[in-house]
Amino acid sequence: MPERGTDVVVVGAGIIGAACALYAARAGLSVTVLDRGSVGAGTTSRCEGNILVSDKGAGPELDLALASRSLWLELAAEYGADRFELEEKGGLVVATGEAGMASLRRFAVGQGAAGVTAEPVTPDGLRAHEPNLASGLPGGVYYPQDLQVQPVLAAASLLAAARDLGARVVTGTEVTGAARGADGRLTAVHTRDATYPAGAVVNAAGTWGGDVGERLGGSVPVLPRRGFILVTEPLPRVIRHKVYSADYVENVASDDAGLETSAVIEGTRGGTVLIGASRERVGFDETLSVEVLRRLAAQAIRLFPFLADVRLMRSYRGFRPYCPDHLPVVGHDRRVQGLLHACGHEGAGIGLAPATGRLIADLLTGAHPLVDPGPFDPMRFAMEDV
Amino acid sequence: MDTSRSDRVHDVVVIGGGPAGLAAAGRAAALGADVAVVDAAVMPGGQYWRQPAGDVLAGSVTHLHHGLSTYRALTGQLAGIAAGGGYYPRHSVWTVGRDESGFVVRALTGTGAGEYEVEIRGRRLVLAPGAYDRQVPFPGWDLPGVMTAGGVQALLKGHAVTAGQRVVVAGTGPFLLPVAAGLAESGATVVGVLEAASPLAWARHAGAVLRNVGKLGEGAGYARALARHRVPVRTRTAVLEASGDGVLERVTTVRLDRHGRALPGTRTTVEADTLAVGWGFTPQLELPLALGCATRVDVDGSLVCVVDDEQRSSVADVFIAGEACGVGGADLAVTEGEIAGTVAAGAAVTDRRLLRRRAALRRFAVAMHAAHPVPSAWMERLTDATVLCRCEEVTVGRAREALLLGADDARSAKLLTRPGMGWCQGRVCGYATSCLMSAWSGRPASPASMAARPVAAPLRLGTLAAADDRAPG
Ligand SMILES: Cc1cc2nc3c(=O)[nH]c(=O)nc-3n(C[C@H](O)[C@H](O)[C@H](O)COP(=O)(O)OP(=O)(O)OC[C@H]3O[C@@H](n4cnc5c(N)ncnc54)[C@H](O)[C@@H]3O)c2cc1C
Repeated sequence: MPERGTDVVVVGAGIIGAACALYAARAGLSVTVLDRGSVGAGTTSRCEGNILVSDKGAGPELDLALASRSLWLELAAEYGADRFELEEKGGLVVATGEAGMASLRRFAVGQGAAGVTAEPVTPDGLRAHEPNLASGLPGGVYYPQDLQVQPVLAAASLLAAARDLGARVVTGTEVTGAARGADGRLTAVHTRDATYPAGAVVNAAGTWGGDVGERLGGSVPVLPRRGFILVTEPLPRVIRHKVYSADYVENVASDDAGLETSAVIEGTRGGTVLIGASRERVGFDETLSVEVLRRLAAQAIRLFPFLADVRLMRSYRGFRPYCPDHLPVVGHDRRVQGLLHACGHEGAGIGLAPATGRLIADLLTGAHPLVDPGPFDPMRFAMEDV
Repeated sequence: MDTSRSDRVHDVVVIGGGPAGLAAAGRAAALGADVAVVDAAVMPGGQYWRQPAGDVLAGSVTHLHHGLSTYRALTGQLAGIAAGGGYYPRHSVWTVGRDESGFVVRALTGTGAGEYEVEIRGRRLVLAPGAYDRQVPFPGWDLPGVMTAGGVQALLKGHAVTAGQRVVVAGTGPFLLPVAAGLAESGATVVGVLEAASPLAWARHAGAVLRNVGKLGEGAGYARALARHRVPVRTRTAVLEASGDGVLERVTTVRLDRHGRALPGTRTTVEADTLAVGWGFTPQLELPLALGCATRVDVDGSLVCVVDDEQRSSVADVFIAGEACGVGGADLAVTEGEIAGTVAAGAAVTDRRLLRRRAALRRFAVAMHAAHPVPSAWMERLTDATVLCRCEEVTVGRAREALLLGADDARSAKLLTRPGMGWCQGRVCGYATSCLMSAWSGRPASPASMAARPVAAPLRLGTLAAADDRAPG
């Protein structure tokens, strides 16, 4: 049975789909959001919600991240920071050796030129920022622009704001395919039990974006990169910022398929301490890896020795949606008229969400794009094939 | 401290030293298998045969126990396993994984900074993790003095301590009777036993009951004990509210109609310093879920594991016995354990009586669940200010806000408003959150969405890291 048609159908109610829905609705478009699960229950519920500029070197992703960070602050000002639990937390990147310190400094200089505020920190300065850090560390860089949100709450609040503008959100509905007109243009999205007529369709299915793209007639190379997070028992606020070791930046950008881990530690409002981060390409393997947990715990204790006596309460894992060049796919699929992609944000989807949503809305309405969409063109991989 | 590793690969590793686990271990060992038993408690016996350290049911608490001949036979077999170095008491399993040799059970032992990890290997696993009290919130349930029926029983059996002087025992199910009788026999004043179900509820299941007269005999014994101590037993009665100035002082009760709804004008208030509440049990599924065992929702609304006639789970070489495949009490647990242990040791179950006994006890369990449902009216007793999740202090009103934000199941309520995020990881509030979200959203209850806990027991990060520090590189 056909449902009421809308200008846009967004597939996926994660942080990216939520941002696409809100900015499209704000641009005056009618919007339907479809998700097979619940609001924000995909990879958005498996992450830490950091909005980072600190881990990105100069380039298109950093430009998108800086634009997105400004939009997050705008959203917080407009709807209230509490709706997202947005916190201006600041990031402290710690070098673990002298060589690492030198390359971290060089990295920060490049970021500074691209518009990132990066403040070098002396060994003594480290303790001023984080009194519980291990002694003897050679220094680091402080990034006051790093923010944090509660990611599921943020996605739900963006969707609530979109609903206030007339958008419709349907959960528990799996998208199975699409209908096309005689000219090949997408005209509707099929779910298991209904059809949603659409002027345009946005694939915001995150790690499952490759699969959904295929169902809609335009595949994109999005693959899972597994990560585990450790969650400790609740503590008084003993870690103030997001604190991570400098090798994290190298791991984020790495092409290695094997296991990579680096210490990424932060306190939360609830009092728990979150410890990451691991990256490995093992498909959608959901089993707990004790080896990964051990490494994460050992690295965290090296930065914060008091953690040795703190208890691990739970652990969760997620699958970051990554593309071969580690940039998201955002824009029109020129093979299928009416199809757009907004997925593949890897470990930065929360940070990049508002800018991605704005960019999609700009592309849908023909407005001047917020940032140059070229580097995120979904066709960049398809081109290589021909 | 380092992880303790050994190259020994047991034929069968049994996790859980309660009735099901002991029975499985005993059978497997009798068939010649090399067996290990891993159990968190100091003494064998689980919740059912709980006892003070060193007591071996010799003295202080024997009057609280049933089936002691079975217990003695099972611990006799356990002694043989222990002599062979296969008994691991005081070992809490935090995760189970696999390697080339089969299963790797990782358990924690020692306390404080002396905690360390022990790896125990086996070709086959019998999981007999038992269950804990199922709870539903009501106004005042977070006051000191309000306890679970199982908690009160554990104090009594495990430490010979009565939880209070004036005790109300409330909820539903046959388990309330031994708790009340044990308290009365141990000197506490039991103000009353409040059973939510109707006394006629069993009548519809006469067949199942008649085939299990032994069980009824046990119940009659408790009833006699309660009569001796003049403990009133009120059916179709439930707790409406617990109140007091910082601690429990009063319990307000109400009569229920046939549908479990409160009858107007039937409120009564009694003074009590302890309220023991039990609404049945929730099976402990962390380990089966970590291994990927398939689950189903049982007649009592609990998530349980699917097993075949030989207690095999959906995962090869993993057997499950006892409450984890359906709450049914100690006799059923022993029977399932015997079957699981036999098959896990590589033998066939030739004793048809065992299978018949299991079938009869399962029918009895189904009848029990049907006669003792959690009256759905518990939801009517809640106010927006009632605490739903005690660890994170999430109220019912706050959880309802999740609904407005688009949550439609327990997991999304948890992600948005935190019930189940705290120390107990939803063991206490998971059932209630799942029922409430289902009632509010109109979607089916989703107990599975709150059940997965990949870290089955909390451990020091230092313990976790120790093995990594030792590894080369
Ligand atoms: C361990 C870890 C830590 C992370 N930390 C951070 C961090 O600190 N900061 C940060 O910015 N990012 C972080 N990330 C990355 C971030 O989680 C993701 O980039 C982001 O959540 C992706 O959002 P999304 O909306 O694209 O995907 P999702 O949230 O997965 O949403 C996609 C939705 O599509 C739905 N869907 C899929 N198929 C269908 C279908 N056929 N029909 C209907 N619906 C469908 C799914 O149900 C899902 O809800 C982390 C990731 C991991 C794994």
